[in-house]
Parts: sequence; structure tokens; C-alpha cells
Amino acid sequence: MKNRFGIREVVAAGIGTALFVALTEIQIPLGFVPNTALQPRVALLGFMAAVFGPVVGGIVGFIGHALGDALFYGGVWWSWVIPEAVVGIVIGIFAKKFAIKEGDFNKKAIITFNVVQVIAHAAAWIVVAPVLDILIYAEPADKVFVQGFFAFLGNIIITGILGSLLCYGYSMIGARSNSLKKED
Amino acid sequence: MESLIEFSDFTFKYRSQTEPTLYDINLKINRGEKILIIGPSGSGKSTLAHCINGLVPFSYSGETKGDLKIKGKDHKKLGIFDISKVVGTVLQDSDGQFVALTVAEDIAFALENDIVVQSEMRERVKKVAGQVEIEDFLSQSPTELSGGQKQRVSMAGVMIDDVEVLLFDEPLANLDPSTGKRAIALIDDLKKQEDKTVIIIEHRLEDALYKDVDRIILISEGRIVSDTAPAELLCSDMLIRNGIREPLYITALKHAGCVITEEDHPEHIETMDLSDHAHKVRDFYKTIGRKNDNISTETILEVKDLSFSYDNEKPVLKDINIAVRKGEMIAIVGKNGAGKSTLASLICGFNSPDKGSILLNGSDISPLSIKERGEKIGLVMQNPNHMMSKPMIFDETALGLRTRGVSEEEIKERVNKTLKICGLYPFRNWPVSALSYGQKKRVTIASILVMDPEIIILDEPTAGQDYRHYTEIMEFLKGLHEESGITIIMITHDMHLMLEYTDRAIVLADGRVLMDAAPSRVLTDEEIAERAYLKKTSLYDLALKCDMKDPSDFVEKFIYFERSERARGDLYG
Amino acid sequence: MADHSRLLSYEKKDSPIHRLSGFTKLVFFLSWSVTSMLTYDTIVLIIMIVLSTVMYAVSRTKWSQVATVFKFILLFLSINILAIFFFSPYQGCDIYGQKTVICHLFGSYYLTVEQLFYEFNIILKYFTFVPAVFIFLVTTDPSELAASLNRIGVSYNICYSLALALRYIPDVQDNFRNIKNSGQARGIEMSKKASLINRIKETTGIIFPLVFSSMDRIETISNAMELRGFGKHKKRTWYSERKLLKEDILMICASLLFCVCAIIYTYHDGSRFYNDVFAPYFMAPR
Repeated sequence: MKNRFGIREVVAAGIGTALFVALTEIQIPLGFVPNTALQPRVALLGFMAAVFGPVVGGIVGFIGHALGDALFYGGVWWSWVIPEAVVGIVIGIFAKKFAIKEGDFNKKAIITFNVVQVIAHAAAWIVVAPVLDILIYAEPADKVFVQGFFAFLGNIIITGILGSLLCYGYSMIGARSNSLKKED
Repeated sequence: MESLIEFSDFTFKYRSQTEPTLYDINLKINRGEKILIIGPSGSGKSTLAHCINGLVPFSYSGETKGDLKIKGKDHKKLGIFDISKVVGTVLQDSDGQFVALTVAEDIAFALENDIVVQSEMRERVKKVAGQVEIEDFLSQSPTELSGGQKQRVSMAGVMIDDVEVLLFDEPLANLDPSTGKRAIALIDDLKKQEDKTVIIIEHRLEDALYKDVDRIILISEGRIVSDTAPAELLCSDMLIRNGIREPLYITALKHAGCVITEEDHPEHIETMDLSDHAHKVRDFYKTIGRKNDNISTETILEVKDLSFSYDNEKPVLKDINIAVRKGEMIAIVGKNGAGKSTLASLICGFNSPDKGSILLNGSDISPLSIKERGEKIGLVMQNPNHMMSKPMIFDETALGLRTRGVSEEEIKERVNKTLKICGLYPFRNWPVSALSYGQKKRVTIASILVMDPEIIILDEPTAGQDYRHYTEIMEFLKGLHEESGITIIMITHDMHLMLEYTDRAIVLADGRVLMDAAPSRVLTDEEIAERAYLKKTSLYDLALKCDMKDPSDFVEKFIYFERSERARGDLYG
Repeated sequence: MADHSRLLSYEKKDSPIHRLSGFTKLVFFLSWSVTSMLTYDTIVLIIMIVLSTVMYAVSRTKWSQVATVFKFILLFLSINILAIFFFSPYQGCDIYGQKTVICHLFGSYYLTVEQLFYEFNIILKYFTFVPAVFIFLVTTDPSELAASLNRIGVSYNICYSLALALRYIPDVQDNFRNIKNSGQARGIEMSKKASLINRIKETTGIIFPLVFSSMDRIETISNAMELRGFGKHKKRTWYSERKLLKEDILMICASLLFCVCAIIYTYHDGSRFYNDVFAPYFMAPR
């Protein structure tokens, strides 16, 4: 079911993208590095991909980043749009392992999720984005790798904390509460 | 007569549940009928609707027993797309049903999916938009439309397929009373002019009965408990027994000791025959009275000459003057978009007024931040899901105290005390997600109450709730008000709520205060009701028809009588 | 309520650019993106800037519609330009294969003609693209976007995801504002003093309700779409798709032709950079 791109996935991708774009407004300043901020929208991407799979993840990353940057910053930097899609796809491939909708986002799944997200962000920001920056803009290699590394760092922090919390919180909502007892 | 939809011994169980949601349904709906399906939340009426439009079993899978035939064919043999050619569904959530960027595109949505060519689409969109009177809005986006207009777009969007059955899922839930009344009238016109079969699912019986229906199906706990003409149902006690609110005039007549029969035509107060009953109602009127509540004269909140606009052009509020006394329970009413929520957002500091001031206990609160105001004036939002940010009930309730750096010890004490008041103490270690909607609402109230505010503002506290939950929430608020003496301001378009639970109503229309009086006065003033999109109460019509000199006084006294009855637990215990 | 803080948005006007179909503008936008990404040829870049500035003027876009965003781009660009110099002061020399020092700055940093020229080209590259984005966003009716994407061959499912995103962005923003307000009243705020982890935790107070209430929406919207036959056929038509007029065909051909010519011209000497300046006119490396 997760690999099929049916109506529910079309809608999830649409709503996910809308959320991604709206969350562009929220930035958490890192403080110690000037002009850098954590982007909660990246955590949302990780969450959407983990719940709905690679196609939804890829679309939210791609359209979300392109649309968000275009609407808020007036530019579409394809060299950073494509890596965002890579993140969504890579995390999404493992969606079945997380079983978030089934309410099974346990310790093991949290660890898997974080291993996967670190790999996904490494591939995206330390490999794909700098390579594209060099190919498209002929920017100096050391600059783009440093830049990519900071993006990687910020994104794994926010996904690791906020993304894991979102997945965990959502799996709690899905979970049934048979074991609950009223207390006096 | 040809039957379009026929259930025989039909039982349905969702895959994820252990018990069936519908049991032994036998129901036949004929071409050209107009049917009202009523039942409390969780009775299975939405599932019944899902069976009719094909979401069961094609979108929600489960086990079925017995037969369901749509136009003579087994529903499982038809696909959801075939069924959608016969049954058009207008969902309760008109924002969720509006899936395109403009009105015209949304109406054309079904045609686009059917690969209809553009020229034909334009023609058909124009025609159907005319039928529901939205032809002037075709290029508008949903954010520019009112709730009533969005609902019309939804209607047009399903009628464009030339469906035979129109299925309305709680069409009144998100509309102000007067808009709701017009929606019911439009549905009635469509049925007559376009020769449609109409099925309406509602729990607001009195409003839904504004125009005649052929039959009312009453569902309770997954079974059809009554399938009769409206008159017969109104004369019985089935409604009260199954948690459905009777029309107010019927309740009043029953209290007056009248025995209503089908010959009286009780479906509408306007056409009901009261010749046998009027004198009893007049006698009853003499026996009821009203004590004067002693409300303090101390003003807690004062709004002075307040004006506001979002864009510096179109004023949303203009020269608003309001004084709220300490310990009052009041309502701010008016149609959607009249400025009610904006007023609340100004009081809470989410927006700053262009002109005028807001005084709390005599001092201007304009220098206070949102957070500082939050300690004195708590706002409970309409949708509890918009306020829930912690997974556990205790933490959710404690949030406001924690952000203010109160010691953990004190937090524990205050939270537990508040949870006890709100009847949530036994659930304190539950996740929020395990609660029902009404309980969640109480958690949001608790999370505000814990900060010990002087005033609580509730935005549409009962929106979308059936009578049982409505009563539960409102009785809780009333008890809270009586015990703690806290000042409560409710923003609502629910006329029953205003009439039954508040001491005073402030009517807003087009950004101005139109009236500031007892609810019974507001709802008996035809001109005000008209201008503010309110709906006058049927009690008023009853009083008029019984030749009473002061109908407002009757309304007021009857409401008071009913309140005390309820307090004694006679009515709903 | 009103006032959706979206910095760039479509405005209905009557201009030759507005009259073009969304499909045409999408083709222009994409081919322009490709050209601007591939070329580093100064002549091509300058021609592109001139052309897009003319188009910007023709589109009758007011400065106020784009001013805020433009200032942001300038800031971003300046930071980037400085960062490149700081990281790699001789990138230009590597590219153009020579080193013409103008003066010594500090430490091991020398200002060179090649570096200045290289960074000048980066600036040009930005400015070829910025007006195109502005024109595209400000003159294209969002209703046409999905249909246009579908026309260039993207699956209609993905196109409809985009349409839904555009439809629900204002709704999500409204919810966001409401949630933020009520959170603030309860004391949730993103203070700069708190530690990083606490700051992240505080945003959950807003993000959780926003995301989870939107998740509930997915089911309703899916039902609404399914009940009206979405996904029934392999194709679908679009109510707001515009027929291509003579001007559209012309513009599409011109865009593609320009893209092809520009790329051929750029790469004709085997390098995407504009080398001609240096060899004859400048002194040999010292």
C-alpha cells in the first residue's frame, strides 16, 4: 500500500507540501554560528517521508523546497531543491520499518529512523548539494563542502530531535488505549 | 415506487473494530423521497452515510452481512466511482471538500476527472452555479467565501454529475442559524425543481425540520429505532430517550401538560394547530417565574470605542463599547464574519486596535504582552486539537504554569486541583489522544483554568457537538461558573446556547454592537434577528400563537424554568 | 483572516506577459533556468539580464510587489560573494588559468582581476534568474500551474499534489497563526535565551498541533476527492487550462531556441566560461 501512489498519497503530498511551505516561516537560530538557523520544515519532511513513504517524501521535499523558496525568497536554487527531494526519498524508502501509523514507533524504530535520516542528510548535503553547486555555479569546492556540512549538521539535529518527536507523537495518536485504567 | 437504495438485514463491522457499527439495517429509500437521518454521535449514522456513498467498503474496509442494493445492483459489484454517479455527497467539512483553487474549478472537479472537454465544462459549471446561486463567485478562492457559500460550492460540485441522490452530512454544523435556514430552504428547492432524492444527516432536528421531510430515520447504537413520519416521531418520547433534542416549542408544550397528537401537525410551529393547547400554555405561563440573579455591579472588563481593521481600509470592528461585570456569563453573537473572533483576538492581544482601549479592572491592558494577558484572560479555541501540544493530559494542563516557571510542587498541586474540578483527575496519566472530543475540550479548558484567570473566553465551545456532548460541555461550564464565580464570555452562533446558558447577549453585526440585552429579548426581536443573521426562537412564535401579551417574558421565564428543571436533574438525568 | 504573509504572489493584471498561457511561462521559466544554470559565458549572461529586465518591464510588475524579496536576495548574494572570496580567493585564477594581482589585502589574501571577474559573473548569473522567478510567480495564475505541469508530461497525481498545496497553504497559515497566538497566551514563545534543545522543544508547542490537525485533514480531503471520481481515468482535463495562441507558440519556440543557441554558443570553445577577455588584453601572469 505504501508504494502505491493513490489518492491518500496525493493528498498527503499536497498537505505535506503546504505545511512545509508554511513552516518556512519558522527558523530556530543556532546562536553560535551567525546567519544560520535550524529549519523545522526539514523535520516535517522527515516525518512525512517516514509516515507516507518515498514518493510523498520526494514530492514534499522537491515541490516544498522549490515553492517555499520561490514564494518567500524569490529564487529557486535547484542545487538545494534536489537534495531536499533526496532526503525525502531516502527516509521514505524505510517507511515500512518505522510502522508509525500502526503505533509501533518503539526504541528500535527511533534508532533506525535516526540512522536513516543521518545517512539521507549526509548523501543530500555533503554529496549531492555541493556537487551540484560546483557543477552549476562553479563555486569553490571547499566553500560548498563546508556549507553543505553545516546544513547537514543543522538538519540532522532538527530531524533527530523534532522529527523523532513528531514520529513518536503521531504514533501515540494512532495507538489504541486498551491498557489505560482510571486512577483515583 | 422505485427504490434507489435498499438495505436488507445489513450489518457492518469496521476491520479495526471488534463490534459491528451497524446492526440489521432494513431501510428502503425511494426515488423522490426526502429523508432525515438523526442520531447522536457514535450512533452509526455517519457509517450509514458511508455505506450509501460507497466509502464503505471501498475506502473503509470491513465485514458486511446482508444486502445493500443501489439502483437494484449489489453495492459491492459497483465501484465507488459508479456509486458516485448516483449518490452525490456534501460533506460536513466544506473546507475539506473544497479541493481546487477557485469556485469554478472546484465545481468542475468531477468533470475534469471524467475527461470532459473544456467548453462543455464551462457550460455545465455555469448552469449548476446558477442553480445554487453562486454564479457571481466563480473566480473567487475559498478564503474569500463564507461558510454558507462554500457549502453551495460543494452542492454544485456534486450536482454537476447529475446525480440522483443528494446526501448531506450534517449540513448545519458550521453555519450560523440564518444561513443554515437558507441552506435547508435551498435543499428543499433543489429537491422540488431538479427532482432529486434527498438524504440529510443531522442532529439539529428543529433546524433541519424548517422544511418538510417525508420520513425521519432515528438511529441509536447502530440500529434503526424509528422510521416514521415527522409528526408521529414528535408526538412520541423517542427523541428524548435517544439523546436528540426536541424542537423547543414541543418541549414547552409538553411541560405545559399538552398531549400532542399527529392531528395537531406539530412539524412546524407556524402551521401547528394549537387550539386545544393555547389555554394550557397560558396557564403554565402563570405558574412559572424568575428570580433575579444578583450579579455584582463591579465591572471587570471594559472595551471603549474600539476600532480595528486588518488592511487599514475595511473596518472589521467600529466603535465597540462593551462592559462585562464580574461573574457574568455572557454571549457574543452574530453571523460568521461579524467580527466576534476579531474582538476576542484584540482582547487577548493577538492584534492591536487601531483606536480605543481595553480596560481590565479599570486599568488599560495595552502595555501587556500576549503572555501577560494570558494570565488574566484565558482563551479556549474552537478546535481543541489546535491547543494540544503535549501527549499526556497532566503535562498539557501543566504547560502554562511550566512556561511561567512555577515550581514543580506547586504545579502538581494546582494541576491536580484543576483536573478534579474538570472531572479529569482519574485520567491524569492518560495520553490526550485517548480522549473523546468533549473530554479534549475539557482538557483545553483545564489548561486555561489552571492559570487562574479572571476571565475565560470560549470560541464556539459547542461547535459540531451533538446534544449529549453539548449538554455535557455546557453543564460543566455552568457548574464551573456557579462554583468559582469566574467570568465567562462565549463567542457563539448557537442560539440555544445563548438562550439557555447566558445572562446577557451582545449582538455584533457588520463590526458594530447592534444590541446588548437579555438573550430572550434578542431572540424575540425580529428586526435584530434579521440584521444579525440570528434566528428567532420558536418559543416566541409559540407565545404569539397563544396570544400572550409579552412573548419575551414568556421566553425568559420558560428558559429559567427549564434551567432549574435541568439543575434538579429531572430532564436528562 | 486576510493578510497571508506570502511575499510573492500572483496579481491579476492585463499585460502581454499575463496574457500568455501558464504552460508557455512554465516552458520559458524552465528553459531559462536550464540556460542560466549551464552557462557562465559573460556575453550570454548579459544578454539574458537585458532580456529578462525587458520582460519584467513588459509584465507591468510594480516594484512594491517584489521589493522585500529583492532586498533579501541582495543580502543573500553579498554574503555568498564574500564567503566565496574568503574560502577561495583564487578560484577565478584557477578557472581562467592566470593570476593578475591588483593589490594585497591581508594575510595570504590578494585581490586579483580574475577573481573579481569570476565573482562578477556569479552576480550576473543570479540576476539572470531573479527576474524570471519574479515574472513567473507574479504573472502566472496558480490555477494554471498544475495543468501546465501536466502538459509537459508530469503525472497528474503529482500535479494535483501541487494544486492542493497551493489551495491549502493559506489555510495552514491561518491555523498556524491561531495556534501560535493561543500558545503565546499560555506562555509558549521562542525565546533566544533558552538552550538550543529547549528552543526546539518550545517550537513543538506550535508545530505539533499544526501538523497533527493537518494530518486529520488528509482523510477528509481524500474522501472528498474519491467521491468525486479523482483517479478514475489515466488522464484528466483541466478547467483552467488555457488554449495556446499564436503568441504562446512563438514564445515557446523563442524560449527553446534561445536556450539551445545560448548553450551552443557557451560551449563552442569547449569551456562554459568566457575566456576571451583575458588572453589578448591582459598581461601574462607574473
